[in-house]
Amino acid sequence: MLVLVLDTATPAVTAALAEVQSSGHAVLAQRATVDGRAHGELLAPQIDALLAEAGVKPRDLAAVVAGVGPGPFTGLRVGLVTAASLTMALNIPAYGVCALDALGLRTAGRALVATDARRREVYWAVYADGSPLTGPAVDKPADVAPRLAEFAVTAAVGEGAAKYADVLGLPAGAALYPEPSAIVELAAQRVRDGAPSEPLTPLYLRRPDAVEPSARKPALSASER
Amino acid sequence: MSTSEPLVLGIESSCDETGVGIVRGHTLLADALASSVDEHARFGGVVPEVASRAHLQALVPTLHRALDEAGVTLADIDAIAVTAGPGLAGALLVGVAGAKGLALATEKPIYGVNHLAAHVAVDTLEHGPLPEPAIALLVSGGHSSLLRVDDLARGVTPLGATIDDAAGEAFDKVARLLGMPFPGGPPIDRAARDGDPLAITFPRGLTGPKDLVEHRFDFSFSGLKTAVARWVEARERSGEPVPVNDVAASFQNAVCDVLTRKAIDACRTQGIETLVIGGGVAANSRLKAMAAERAAQYGITVRVPRPKLCTDNGAMVAALGAHLVAAGNAPSKLDFAADSAMPLTLVGV
Ligand SMILES: [Zn+2]
Repeated sequence: MLVLVLDTATPAVTAALAEVQSSGHAVLAQRATVDGRAHGELLAPQIDALLAEAGVKPRDLAAVVAGVGPGPFTGLRVGLVTAASLTMALNIPAYGVCALDALGLRTAGRALVATDARRREVYWAVYADGSPLTGPAVDKPADVAPRLAEFAVTAAVGEGAAKYADVLGLPAGAALYPEPSAIVELAAQRVRDGAPSEPLTPLYLRRPDAVEPSARKPALSASER
Repeated sequence: MSTSEPLVLGIESSCDETGVGIVRGHTLLADALASSVDEHARFGGVVPEVASRAHLQALVPTLHRALDEAGVTLADIDAIAVTAGPGLAGALLVGVAGAKGLALATEKPIYGVNHLAAHVAVDTLEHGPLPEPAIALLVSGGHSSLLRVDDLARGVTPLGATIDDAAGEAFDKVARLLGMPFPGGPPIDRAARDGDPLAITFPRGLTGPKDLVEHRFDFSFSGLKTAVARWVEARERSGEPVPVNDVAASFQNAVCDVLTRKAIDACRTQGIETLVIGGGVAANSRLKAMAAERAAQYGITVRVPRPKLCTDNGAMVAALGAHLVAAGNAPSKLDFAADSAMPLTLVGV
């Protein structure tokens, strides 16, 4: 079954075409462009090029697997709304995968996955032989560091781990962004089973910035009052 | 595809309304809307991130509603149109990316269009083809513009715009001052019905002789808003009750006086006989009445679509998309960006 893989939870704007078989799966073609500010411009042409290159029509797709974050909101939404509209139009199921889980899948032992959450924070979770030990969270690297000893973490991957390696006190591995092969692997069983389509709910982990207005400011100057 | 009567689906997400409209030429088939306005009310204005989150949640359900309402399928659609700008960057992007997904899946052409030009085009759904040239007055919480429309398929010419607050913003701020809910347009309109529009003389921004040289077709509502605030405050300090209905009526009268005066002036000086009014403030009863009355004196025809088409919606985007398809405009490429500051001179991208 042909599956389109989309991930925009990191600056790597990623699209891939994968084949999910009864046992196993293979990525047939993939494109990733690292540009944290152009998800909206890059993603659709990449999908278009990917399908054209593979000689695949959109209607040949059996499912879309999308990274649901956590990640910077604006870019993350581009991937999710694209996946949602594609699957709606093609009447095929959508499946969500946590972007941190995709990075964590290829780690061994106790490992930290940390991506860049901007505002000097990281999205992070701890993995044990590829399986999550903690849920995704967003924190300052200095607040993540003390938790690592608690979990006996010895390795770290992800752009956030690389950026804040000093503060985290762990050398960062080479993997910076989620790989399409890992994303599709995490959803492969759902694809095979023809599991029900999932609402692609973004993992924002932060509330919107919004402040309720304070009391009215006086319009009359002090001398006029 | 039928090029004279194309079936077009339009998506709008530039502010707090997720709209999906479907038209066949000038015929409105569906106009589905999901609004996040209630989520913004306690903040006294639209919070961009709250709006973006709501668009993502609402888009697919709104698409389904529009298709059901129109009784068509995506396979029937000739083209997809989407607001590319201007508007809130993050909000626009949800609609644009969603529309691109639809275009990819259905292999249909996509048109990224200008939100303001769409406010003009929507009138064709109510009153048929727009005579050109025409003057358009677009007034809402986000925009206050006076435009000249010679050929809507090629762009519009900006004549003037607000130099500070949008007209709708002034309504929101004055409403808050008077203890009315957000958005402020409807409650002020209601209160004004029981008030005297001539009770208080509030300033008319940019209407002095000097302003008319440099800012003949521009607007300013910031001074008016401050004048209302000062008047209300002085009343409160003197211990007298605030005549809310009179304040609302006098404020509304000042806004509508300036808007209609400048719009009619634009028509007269340019020898144009059609004035089309759009945007949320076009739903204001006083504005419509005053425009009709003043236009009639000079033989100018005023076209105002029904209120639901004046506020942001998907039908307006579909209407402009259909106009561009019929005019033979080339579709947009899939790599176009949402442009929060899209200039009026660009009708599409
Ligand atoms: Zn608008």
